[in-house]
Amino acid sequence: MLEVRGIHTYYGQSHILFDVSLALRKGEIVGLLGRNGAGKTTTMKSVCGMLRPMEGTVVFEGEDVTGRKPFELVRRGICYVPDDRRIFSDLTVDDNLGIVHRRTREWDRERVYDLFPALREIAGRRAGVLSGGEKAMLAVGRALMSSPKLLLLDEPTEGLAPLIVLSLERQILRLKEAGISILLSEQNLKSSLRLIDRAYIIDNGRIRYQGTAKELENNEEIQRMHLMI
Amino acid sequence: MEFLSHLFSSGTLSQFLVGLSRTTILFIVSSGLSLILGILRIPNVAHGSLYMVGAFLAYSVIHLFGGGVAAFVAALVIAPLGVAALGFVLERGFFSHLYEREHLMLLLLTFSFALIIGDLVKIVWGTEYRSVTLPVVLQGSAEILGLPLPYYNLVLLLVGPVIAVFLWLVINRTKMGKIARAAAVDREMVSAVGINVGWVFAFTFVLGCFLAGLGGALIAPMTNISLGMDHSLIIEAFLIVIMGGLGNVWGALLGSLVFGLTQSLGILVWPKFGIVFPYLAVVAVLVFRPRGLLSSTW
Ligand SMILES: Nc1ncnc2c1ncn2[C@@H]1O[C@H](COP(=O)(O)OP(=O)(O)O)[C@@H](O)[C@H]1O
Ligand SMILES: [Mg+2]
Repeated sequence: MLEVRGIHTYYGQSHILFDVSLALRKGEIVGLLGRNGAGKTTTMKSVCGMLRPMEGTVVFEGEDVTGRKPFELVRRGICYVPDDRRIFSDLTVDDNLGIVHRRTREWDRERVYDLFPALREIAGRRAGVLSGGEKAMLAVGRALMSSPKLLLLDEPTEGLAPLIVLSLERQILRLKEAGISILLSEQNLKSSLRLIDRAYIIDNGRIRYQGTAKELENNEEIQRMHLMI
Repeated sequence: MEFLSHLFSSGTLSQFLVGLSRTTILFIVSSGLSLILGILRIPNVAHGSLYMVGAFLAYSVIHLFGGGVAAFVAALVIAPLGVAALGFVLERGFFSHLYEREHLMLLLLTFSFALIIGDLVKIVWGTEYRSVTLPVVLQGSAEILGLPLPYYNLVLLLVGPVIAVFLWLVINRTKMGKIARAAAVDREMVSAVGINVGWVFAFTFVLGCFLAGLGGALIAPMTNISLGMDHSLIIEAFLIVIMGGLGNVWGALLGSLVFGLTQSLGILVWPKFGIVFPYLAVVAVLVFRPRGLLSSTW
């Protein structure tokens, strides 16, 4: 479904990603694991069109989509949920959902509110005043409004209280059941193991390891070298 | 005592209402400037030139249709639409390729457009003053609280709130307005939820230009339409927008009221130097609230 082939991405002069390749099949949740500053966000932005790789290609459903603008990729079914959420804080919760381009009718506000009932309660509130957990839910809900085939979830549970993390993880699994493929970035191996089928480990802008969740769980050396445990 | 009775004489009070009605035009023009500045981040120096084009277009339309109410109404529709069309060409042809550039670059570009539009106006309409006479039905005066107020100023006093409500509805109640508000803060994220920001920007720019053209068309019967009428206006409009809070349309409304009221009150109190009061008000506001009266989107 998604294939990233040897991309190199820069911020101005600084070379951040080196020959990053990864692949994701339909229906999978694939982890992109690495420490703070490893290059997870940069990889995701290179896939969703916010950054343009200098070399390499991004192929989605057989089509080369390298260098397409974010809105074009949303219309093909790729939607990015940033680690800093970036909800539209001047708009209400309802309007944050309402302005999204809807690729199909598959998802609508009702379905998002059914998934996150807490959001329904605060639909009329200005999004800028929400709590961290509510913002995280809204960011995911907003992406769902575009009926994505592939969600890029960038550290969705970062900074949330343990109870909220657990409930958000349950919702993410429900998205998988609904047929959405997910690339999930995480610093923490333990929590991501509850969700992922496979994982890539990224460090210093390079993919260092790839394997199934099981393999990774048993490979303590790799964990020590590249992750926070 | 004599001073006070002068202040409250009916002549000066109705002059005050006339001044207030002029703030309508300041508001219409500066709200357009504020939209463009707040959402597209373009400090559009050519906004005053578009206002001037609106006035000249109104003049031409009124003459083409031979005066009268119908011609006048046609001018109020056609002139702003003409300016909006010009704005559309400018946005699609130039600005849409340059949003990533720094503000200075955009500022210089708008400055060059101000010069080019000025020259085009000179070529099309020449250097003479033009003037528009009001249709006969609008020529008299109404009695407001026993004070005479020209019909046209009364119309302006009514148009101001109508435009304010219209803008409020567009910005707060339409999807396009909501998207524009989101794009003012985070345009990349708006693209990342599937919206082609380019069209949102085109819409905003065109709406801003429409307002400039409408202001020009409305001022046409009250002034000598001439080259150079853009200069003083663009300075006033920028001061109003800065005073109100960059990019905040309500700031533009508040700023216009402060600017227009201090001007007309100033002229009442001290006829010779009344013109300095609005500038003093701007200085006072910026000393105490450097970011403007209302919250800025910058
Ligand atoms: N806007 C930027 N400009 C320059 N360097 C950046 C920028 N954003 C991130 N970086 C650098 O790129 C590297 C990877 O960052 P990032 O992809 O955000 O890591 P992660 O998401 O894994 O924490 C880091 O060294 C970071 O300092
Ligand atoms: Mg990150």
